Amino acid sequence: MKTTETLTFECETGNYHTFCPISCVAWLYQKIEDSFFLVVGTKTCGYFLQNALGVTIFAEPRYAMAELEEGDISAQLNDQKELEKICLQIRDDRNPSVIIWIGTCTTEIVKMDLEGIAPKLEKQIGIPIVVARANGLDYAFTQGEDTALAAMAHRCPEYRQCETNRSKWGETGLIEIHTSNTKYPFPESQLTKSNLVLFGSLPSSVASQLNSELKHQCISVSGWLPSQKYNELPGLGEGVYVCGVNPFLSRTATTLMRRRKCQLVGAPFPIGPDGTRAWIEKICSVFNKKPDGLEARERRIWKNIEDYIQVIKGKSVFFMGDNLLEISIARFLIRCGMIVYEIGIPYMDRRYQAAELLLLQHTCERMKTPIPRIVEKPDNYGQVQRMQELKPHLAITGMAHANPLEARNIDTKWSVEFTFAQIHGSSNARDILELVTRPLRREGGFTSGSRSLSKQSTEG
Amino acid sequence: MKLAHWMYAGPAHIGTLRVASSFRNVHAIMHAPLGDDHFNVMRSMLERERDFTPVTASVVDRHVLARGSRDKVVSNISRKGEEQRPDLIVLTPTCTSSILQEDLQNFVDRASLYSESDVILADVNHYRVNELQASDKTLEQIVRHYLDRARKEDIFNRSLTDAPSANIIGILTSGFHNQHDCRELKRLPGELGVSINQIIPEGEFLKNLKDLPRAWFNTVPYREMGLMAATLLEKEYGMPYISTPPIGISNTADFITQVGKLVNLWAPVLLEKKFNYDLYVENQTKFVSQAAWFSKSIDCQNLAGKEAAVSGDATHAASITKILAGEMGIRVSCSGTYCKHDVGRFNEQVQGLCDEVLITEDHTEVGDTIARIEPSAIFGTQMERHIGKRIDIPCGVISSPVHIQNFPLGYRPFLGYEGTNQISDLIYNSFNLGMEDHLSDVFGGHDTKGINTKSLSIDNKNIDWAPEAESELKKIPGFVRGKIKKNTEFFAKQNNILEITVDVMYAAKERSNS
Repeated sequence: MKTTETLTFECETGNYHTFCPISCVAWLYQKIEDSFFLVVGTKTCGYFLQNALGVTIFAEPRYAMAELEEGDISAQLNDQKELEKICLQIRDDRNPSVIIWIGTCTTEIVKMDLEGIAPKLEKQIGIPIVVARANGLDYAFTQGEDTALAAMAHRCPEYRQCETNRSKWGETGLIEIHTSNTKYPFPESQLTKSNLVLFGSLPSSVASQLNSELKHQCISVSGWLPSQKYNELPGLGEGVYVCGVNPFLSRTATTLMRRRKCQLVGAPFPIGPDGTRAWIEKICSVFNKKPDGLEARERRIWKNIEDYIQVIKGKSVFFMGDNLLEISIARFLIRCGMIVYEIGIPYMDRRYQAAELLLLQHTCERMKTPIPRIVEKPDNYGQVQRMQELKPHLAITGMAHANPLEARNIDTKWSVEFTFAQIHGSSNARDILELVTRPLRREGGFTSGSRSLSKQSTEG
Repeated sequence: MKLAHWMYAGPAHIGTLRVASSFRNVHAIMHAPLGDDHFNVMRSMLERERDFTPVTASVVDRHVLARGSRDKVVSNISRKGEEQRPDLIVLTPTCTSSILQEDLQNFVDRASLYSESDVILADVNHYRVNELQASDKTLEQIVRHYLDRARKEDIFNRSLTDAPSANIIGILTSGFHNQHDCRELKRLPGELGVSINQIIPEGEFLKNLKDLPRAWFNTVPYREMGLMAATLLEKEYGMPYISTPPIGISNTADFITQVGKLVNLWAPVLLEKKFNYDLYVENQTKFVSQAAWFSKSIDCQNLAGKEAAVSGDATHAASITKILAGEMGIRVSCSGTYCKHDVGRFNEQVQGLCDEVLITEDHTEVGDTIARIEPSAIFGTQMERHIGKRIDIPCGVISSPVHIQNFPLGYRPFLGYEGTNQISDLIYNSFNLGMEDHLSDVFGGHDTKGINTKSLSIDNKNIDWAPEAESELKKIPGFVRGKIKKNTEFFAKQNNILEITVDVMYAAKERSNS
């Protein structure tokens, strides 16, 4: 492989496999406990959801399809009336605090005015309606969450108002909660009232881990977008700092800056101990705090995952690309001693990911490995050809390609697992490696060293 | 617009892709937005397929909306033709692309000028047909295409094969136990002296389709898939077909009788002999299949009169209903299907075998019906399995929609004589085993279950149970407890009783006995 000193980006045909962005309802409905997600689309969308989400569909989930029929497409039926009927039904059955409409390809093409209808219906039925256009014409997989959070950013209360509320009852209340479980060796008065809002949907346990990591640096997080409940959305406005926890949230970041006048903290993402440390340091620098004990903490984590690192050190990995987490995970794996051949990625926002890209570059220099090629909108067919030449030890890929690659003796890891597993914060570094090493730890058994098990290659 | 959570049959393009990817060396190109190629995931994961699914997308994105997708589709088709040299490329529209109303036929015509592969456009309407109907239609379209061409090019051999032979139509990827059924279905005619001419679409090369009419007759094991192709072959090539699914002893016997009839149309002329299968059927029924003996054996007595509910595609639901009611003496309280397009035939099949017939695509309706009936066992799809879990009723899965569990590695056909054995096991194991259930209730054994308060239908929750009544309820054997609880509550509601005491329970029991 040729070595390049600077980052280069390639762009291919976009013929790649990924999940439809409407899949974001799967984790968002669980995150926002009082929400209901209504996907306005066709049978195709419904079929995808029911197959992709597997078992959850049986557990009376808080999402459903508004399935478009021929009459809707040909405008024989009135969109507003139809949606009203369905939303009333949802209100009566479930009584959610917010209904989120997910626009799809079909609503885009027939130009259904969801944004126009929503405020009218909202008034009529008395439940907030948020519109997110998470369609496959424009977005891939995790970007669905981005559209939903960007839409929700408009619904956050104004910051000023929030602050006056807090001065009434919040301050003492908050501090009492902190002191009641006195883990922290510093006096509460040192806690900076930081006006820091983090954005990105994480399981609540991971969110509180990140909260406490920051609290160690005397920075308190004033809120999360999204919050556990719709009514607890954080206050936004001038003077509020925002920082993303996931690499696919560029629209949300833009909305927070341009529409809500927040200040974006551009940091690498808290994935892996290196990423987490860089993330905290960046936030500290914004609030003029000197990071405390971070280096020792990072060293401890690295030591803790030493056994896993031994498994992957020197092995090569190929990211086919489908969920936008690729850069961060690749950066972490390089730091673990792996060689990354290619980072496929659906979409690359170089401004939003700037700090992450810089860290990737530094990591490569530090580990003395060549910078991998970054391929935007990859072409899966070409990638498979390249993989057959490069023979990586591990391919991180979608489920459509995993079994065929395994049959051709390339170990694979499903990329979607990184979306659903807990990978943020330094304490979850082990979980990432647990996923990455699993195919490599599996003892070769029957197939090791034997010929390919693909049917095609035995025929040809 | 309608509010929907779940569907039994997928969208039309899934049917087309299933047919295309079942043939050998056929590639499908979907005209679809990013993310619509989830079929590849399903095929790779459910069937644990080792090879790349021959389906790619020609992605519809903003640029396509602005400029039209002709150049992109055409270049994608010719590129795929060069890369993988398929015999045929099927351009597959999706619901999104069909509202764009581009002239896809025109793209296909242009692309076939450049491409060495044949190119056709799958001719299905996404808002009118479902997965099953679309697969039926696509198979017919491909068969018609290649037969017409063979006729035009005059490379066509219409003479019947020397020995009796049959085509099997409708075995395809992602079908419920299709691979095992296919193996069983190859064996069965073999034992009857009938060879298999072709099996379509599974594993067949398109260049062989021209020999389809050489078979003496066609068999269509599943009514959802293949009937259109069989009808085409009957109309244009005079080939008779059998559409009785050989599922269960009586259906299989019926199937073999029909084979006999069709074989004996020509055998006396061509081979100067007649085939008689009566002895074969008798031997198989008595010795190969254990199902007949099993339903006579003392085990099966415990099942007599137990209630079951059946739901699934038309073929499987009707056949299982027949087996339960006709062969095992089980009472089928409700039998239903989601195949709305085949209702007439379904009604005819299950007539007289069940108390009620339920034709619906709405799983909540199925769930409510099952909750109301409270059968001892359910035979349905994966959805019914989950309904059963929620209300604590065992379920045997007999039909698609499929799940990875429905692709067992072991040999599990539903068809033919081995199929009857498998089905008997499935049915028997789904009911709580007779004595075990009985004994544990009598001796209070390992009955640690609480009272089943789960119900799919929302009923009146204002009725309270007095503690002693509740403990009385616990003494009632598990399999009737739910029913008694419901009857009592119904009685209480009728008489405006707000708290159920032991006396109320007895009163309710008296009333329901009278």
